Amino acid sequence: MSFINLRDKVVQVKIVYYGPGRCGKTTNLEYINRKFKEQIQSEMVSLKTHGDRTLFFDFLPFHMGQIKGYDIKIQLYTVPGQVKYNATRKLVLKGVDGIVFVADAMEKQREKNIRSLNQLHENLQSYKESIFKIPLVMQYNKIDLKDHGIPVLPIAVLQQDLNSRLQVPYFEASAITGYNVAATLKKIISSTVVSIQKKLL
Amino acid sequence: MNYGIVNQEQLEHIEEILFQKLIKLGVDCAIIIDMAGNIITVKDTGKSKYDIYSFAALAAGNFATVDAMAKLVGETEFSLLFHKGQDCNIHFSKIDDELLLITMFGRDISLGFLRLNVVEAIDQIQKVWAKEE
Repeated sequence: MSFINLRDKVVQVKIVYYGPGRCGKTTNLEYINRKFKEQIQSEMVSLKTHGDRTLFFDFLPFHMGQIKGYDIKIQLYTVPGQVKYNATRKLVLKGVDGIVFVADAMEKQREKNIRSLNQLHENLQSYKESIFKIPLVMQYNKIDLKDHGIPVLPIAVLQQDLNSRLQVPYFEASAITGYNVAATLKKIISSTVVSIQKKLL
Repeated sequence: MNYGIVNQEQLEHIEEILFQKLIKLGVDCAIIIDMAGNIITVKDTGKSKYDIYSFAALAAGNFATVDAMAKLVGETEFSLLFHKGQDCNIHFSKIDDELLLITMFGRDISLGFLRLNVVEAIDQIQKVWAKEE
């Protein structure tokens, strides 16, 4: 749940990047951290293992300016993607306002994406949230790999697998080159802010 | 409890409690956060320069981890947590299921005295919330 301070006119919004292991959640945040340096006052926090895998979460606070006189502070989080870390994934999802589901477009990751999305559905249920109601954006990441001869799933297949029932906005992206990283972020911020506004009115 | 939005009166009341019970005692910084990592309010001496947003995110994660550990050993919760450093110490204490009070203090305050004051502060803060219900 977003936190709203009426006196200081500050709204804190929590957005979580979710997805299977090695799909590029942290890479998304790292790109945002580099690209929007001037809007980010503090360092990105990464809790990771020696092998550079996310252990708990990455955290990036982001200042978006004002809407109707309210300062919007966006807090970006990623979850650890590895299967064994579901308990921590669930902890990070506490109080979430918007989610970017990062799917790995590589052909061999097809099943992992589906499993991860199903688990997101279950984890949200444990907080009495619904995957069908919460602001959600799909990102089909690693689309650049097809230029390197690595088999990548066609968008139609990814849409069929992951987005046929949800029907949420989606982007092809390449977190490593930055292609559509900002577009994904913009979309999830606007969906989330609109949803918070609706809840308040 | 609707903690998602706090009004001016509640905030001022809570800040006054933090000031009277903790800052006057010599605490560097007192922060109230929720378990999702949002900052509810901060009161400090004006001298501290902490990155409180990152701090809140990490503190919420830290507390959630400890809570999960408590369940593993058959406890319902570990309601307080203390980290001791060379010059700076951090004390975490649960206000209720959703809120956490964090105090940062130096070497010149004894932990026992701080804990007494934290308990009193929490008691008073709970009353401020209860009024709103």
